[in-house]
Amino acid sequence: MEIFQNILNALQFGSFYALIALGYTLVYGVLRLINFAHGDIFMVGAYIAYFLAVTLIGATGGFNVGLHVSPAVALAITVPVTMILTALVGVTLERTAYRPLRRKGANRLYVVITALMAGLVLENGNLALLGATRKRFPDLIDKVVWNIGGVAVTNLKVVVIVAAIIVFAMLQFIVTRTKIGMAMRGISYDKFAIPLMGIPLDTIIVVTFVLGSGMAGLAGILFAMSYPILEPYMGALIGWKAFIAAVVGGIGDIRGAIVGGFLLGFIEIGVVAVFPSTLRDLFAFSVLLIILWLRPTGLFGVAETTKI
Amino acid sequence: MQKKVFTIGLFACIVALVALAQFHLLDDYYLSVIMFMGVNVILAASLNLVNGYMGEFSCGHGGFMCVGAYVSSLCTVLMFSKNQMLGAPLLPPQLAFIGLPIALFIGSMAAAVAGLVVAIPSFKTRGDYLAIITLAANYIVISAINNMEFVGGPRGFMGMSATVRDMENMIDLPWMLIFVLLGMVFTIWILRRFVSSTLGKGVPAICQDEIAAEIMSVDTNHMKLIAFMLSSGLAGLAGGLYAHVLGYVNPQSFDIMRSTEVMVMVYLGGMGSLSGAAIAAVSYTVLMEALRFLDVWKWVVIPLLLILLMQFRPEGLMGNRELSDFFPKLRKYYSFK
Repeated sequence: MEIFQNILNALQFGSFYALIALGYTLVYGVLRLINFAHGDIFMVGAYIAYFLAVTLIGATGGFNVGLHVSPAVALAITVPVTMILTALVGVTLERTAYRPLRRKGANRLYVVITALMAGLVLENGNLALLGATRKRFPDLIDKVVWNIGGVAVTNLKVVVIVAAIIVFAMLQFIVTRTKIGMAMRGISYDKFAIPLMGIPLDTIIVVTFVLGSGMAGLAGILFAMSYPILEPYMGALIGWKAFIAAVVGGIGDIRGAIVGGFLLGFIEIGVVAVFPSTLRDLFAFSVLLIILWLRPTGLFGVAETTKI
Repeated sequence: MQKKVFTIGLFACIVALVALAQFHLLDDYYLSVIMFMGVNVILAASLNLVNGYMGEFSCGHGGFMCVGAYVSSLCTVLMFSKNQMLGAPLLPPQLAFIGLPIALFIGSMAAAVAGLVVAIPSFKTRGDYLAIITLAANYIVISAINNMEFVGGPRGFMGMSATVRDMENMIDLPWMLIFVLLGMVFTIWILRRFVSSTLGKGVPAICQDEIAAEIMSVDTNHMKLIAFMLSSGLAGLAGGLYAHVLGYVNPQSFDIMRSTEVMVMVYLGGMGSLSGAAIAAVSYTVLMEALRFLDVWKWVVIPLLLILLMQFRPEGLMGNRELSDFFPKLRKYYSFK
């Protein structure tokens, strides 16, 4: 029975990785830019969710506006508002940091450095503004545990896994079946010819950032509900792990992100089941190294050919 | 004769600094800032070989520094100090003068071997993916050390100060300052010789165009191997010196933050400029000390600084030029390229 429990946990972890990895992969697929700040956008999402939830249910720690909404209603408001606000953070980042560089036609390296630094600014800005005390996310839904043949299934785990699969299906639909998705794929193919076809480049890029950051916000809420301790550096490591997931799956491909996310979840839980849990990161990063070594483009990735 | 002026002046400066420290004209705070400056110069100059001259994006320099720091510390602790896990000192304290350089050398070699982890995948991958590999290498090193109980795991490792004490008991001089300054001069010297040599010309050639370089008979894989191993080996030297200056190391001090710091120095100084890297490392260290009052905000200001740098002057302070391009008269005394 333990094995089924582990599989369930792996699916839950994998869902978080997949949700964040989708954001990496969307932005990379369109802009060929690794948005290193994405893990921190996830962290910002979790904090936004925290402040919204606390303010709505009137607990201490938020802004005291005298609201005492019931937890279920608070959750119903928190989810969409957090996704919108987190998307705004992502778009702001794109407009202030990445777009000026793109307009100048700067070397990709400079954009990558900017992204890394933007992540550090978000992390440490949070630390400086809110202090090092950890925040406790309020319980918005009652935990229900179903015991199915010895496997403890909580409602939250089911919600997380279902959310990841729905988001995947939705994004896959958007990217492969809609006009906007077609424009996204077009931009990744040729950034210079696409504006000539009458496609608004900046709008499409903003839509990409909205989708990616919105999903990071969703992941932030779900993560905060599952592991209710928030701290400024929570986004860094999980962001890197999600990034590994995206790369392992083949960055730029939606299916790759979801497969990579679940694969990483299974690897981590598998390692913890056999070895001491401190070795988890070692294995996760070693797997990344080996996969990149053997298959530099990831599982679903296609090698880019450069013309001489 | 004029070319010698520079070398003589340099060593005169070192002697002057050591004398100042010896007669306690510099207080310990300034002394330690100078030593960290030296370590930072080594780090920035060595990363500049890969990130600047070769145009790759390596963001795991802290990992190699960590390998160097731990291996050389382990050597000196084995040789000269009593440790619960590793037993009594193997060698008499008189040998500390030979022991420390050997330990630093072994640390550098170990770091260079660790550089292989990045060098070999770099044959096939480039750009973003290679950046990830270097980053993963950094995390792997930190994670591995965290799991090694005999070097203290996450609690850190100490006992290196016994070696420095041994040396100071024998001859009373600020030995770590001397070693750091010599290490710094050695690093700059070896990097300048390498980059301006016929063999080393292959490194900027890879930066310009890898395929073209290969057609022009540059053995790119070989060049990458040399560049990565040299760079990580020198980072290991910096790590060894850092460990012996502090007398204590812990894995967290070599994480991604450290790597970012070194990257900031390289991009601040300008890619492909040795004097730029040195100037940036010195001014960055001074800036860090000056901004100490900002406390937590320091880590907001520094990344912001780099973002602004990328927006408005992406080539850094010096670009790929050396000091002599700004002050042509210096060329009389020293050939920078």
